[in-house]
Amino acid sequence: MGAGHAHPLYRPGTSPVHRLPSEVKIVAAFLGVVCVVATPREAFPVFGGYLLLLGAVWAVAGIPVGWIARRSLIEAPFVVLAVLLPFTGAEPRVEWLGLSLSEPGLLTAWNILIKGTLGVLTSLTLASTTPLRDLLLGLQRLHAPSLVVTIATLMLRYIDVIAAEALRMRLARISRGHDPRFLWQAGATARGVGALFVRSYERGERVHLAMLSRGWVGEMPRLSDATTTGRHWAIGLAPVGVALALAVTGWIIT
Amino acid sequence: MVLAMHMSDGLVNAPTAAAFGLIAVIGLALAVSRARADLDDRTAPMAGLVTAFVFAVQMINFPILPGASGHLLGGALVAILVGPWVGSLCIAIVLAVQALLFADGGLTALGTNVVNMALVGVFVGYGVAVAMRGLARRSRAGLLATAFVAALVNTVVAAMVFVLQYAIGGDGVTSIGTVFGLMVGLHLLIGIGEGVITAATVGAVASVRPDLVHLLRGAPPSLELRGTGGAAAGSAT
Repeated sequence: MGAGHAHPLYRPGTSPVHRLPSEVKIVAAFLGVVCVVATPREAFPVFGGYLLLLGAVWAVAGIPVGWIARRSLIEAPFVVLAVLLPFTGAEPRVEWLGLSLSEPGLLTAWNILIKGTLGVLTSLTLASTTPLRDLLLGLQRLHAPSLVVTIATLMLRYIDVIAAEALRMRLARISRGHDPRFLWQAGATARGVGALFVRSYERGERVHLAMLSRGWVGEMPRLSDATTTGRHWAIGLAPVGVALALAVTGWIIT
Repeated sequence: MVLAMHMSDGLVNAPTAAAFGLIAVIGLALAVSRARADLDDRTAPMAGLVTAFVFAVQMINFPILPGASGHLLGGALVAILVGPWVGSLCIAIVLAVQALLFADGGLTALGTNVVNMALVGVFVGYGVAVAMRGLARRSRAGLLATAFVAALVNTVVAAMVFVLQYAIGGDGVTSIGTVFGLMVGLHLLIGIGEGVITAATVGAVASVRPDLVHLLRGAPPSLELRGTGGAAAGSAT
């Protein structure tokens, strides 16, 4: 796909991680996060092991750690929730720098923080090495309902068009002196959203007619003929094997 | 406005995440088959464009107070505009794309997120809207009030389902009462914002293309005869 069809988190590259079929990567990322979530929270060293494992994948994929770290800030809202827990949690309490903190609260906060962070890091690794087209192809090969894949394909093809339309509406409002500060001044923006819906819906009707005139029969043509071999699965699932070993270690040491 | 609603990995334990994942899959399978009935062979392009619209809407910032802004969640909005089946499918696809491409919301939390926002959110909003349909069809003010209440209730109920999930699978150090008070209180405020904007948006669509508002379907407006005498104007055409 040309410009405008790459998503913002994708880092183009030719590393072995980039070349791996996307369905392998989706399954590996999902199973990896399942291992993380299933690990008992008291198994502190195991979580370090997960980080090292992710670090190894980044090294192979050629993703700088700083790049990942900056984008992992998306998790920030949950950090706020986690910070509250040590103050509101139950007894027993520990004294730390003059603050009285709840021990179970601290453990829960740690649990949410570390598992949430590892989840975001895994998702970022998947997103940064998988272009849109491959991701859709992967979902198709994982036997997601074809209607869902088709809707997702069309949505991703048109999101830039609709977002650009929304941006033009915003520029038009601003250039006419629109500067809303309070919720009750949101009327113009909301009417813009209404207009955006009507335009999107009518565009959908035109797209449907255009598809029909080009021979649409209800199925998207196959996007690629490349096949996935057992070797691809073996390579992709190797990190998951390590993650599983780490999770089992966690169960044993606690 | 929805900061607190995209759950991350590890917030609830693995069995709970799996159970809600199963509910999400069943609900979506039903939504896929019913969405086909709603839109026939136009399903893919129409739902694709509506999904792109939902995605774009979540990028538009609304003012709340000076220095604070938020974006629309859109559950009640799509339920009223395109119906619950297509609507829940669109929101679910938005959530899946956000999890896979934008690392927004955990992969194992996708099931719980889909249940909260795509299934419960959309269907509660639609249920409220259908219950108030008589009012919505009567006047423009009625339609706006319906949209406001639907969006408010949908936001609060989605937050309550999150509390339920946390009660089942969280690690329960904080009393559920505290979590309930915090989440429901917060989402009551968020819901008011969501309601005001949803009402204004539905009102804007209804004044341009009332035929596109799913909630108003099946109620053709009575023919208005304008002219000097009713009978004369009627026979003139």
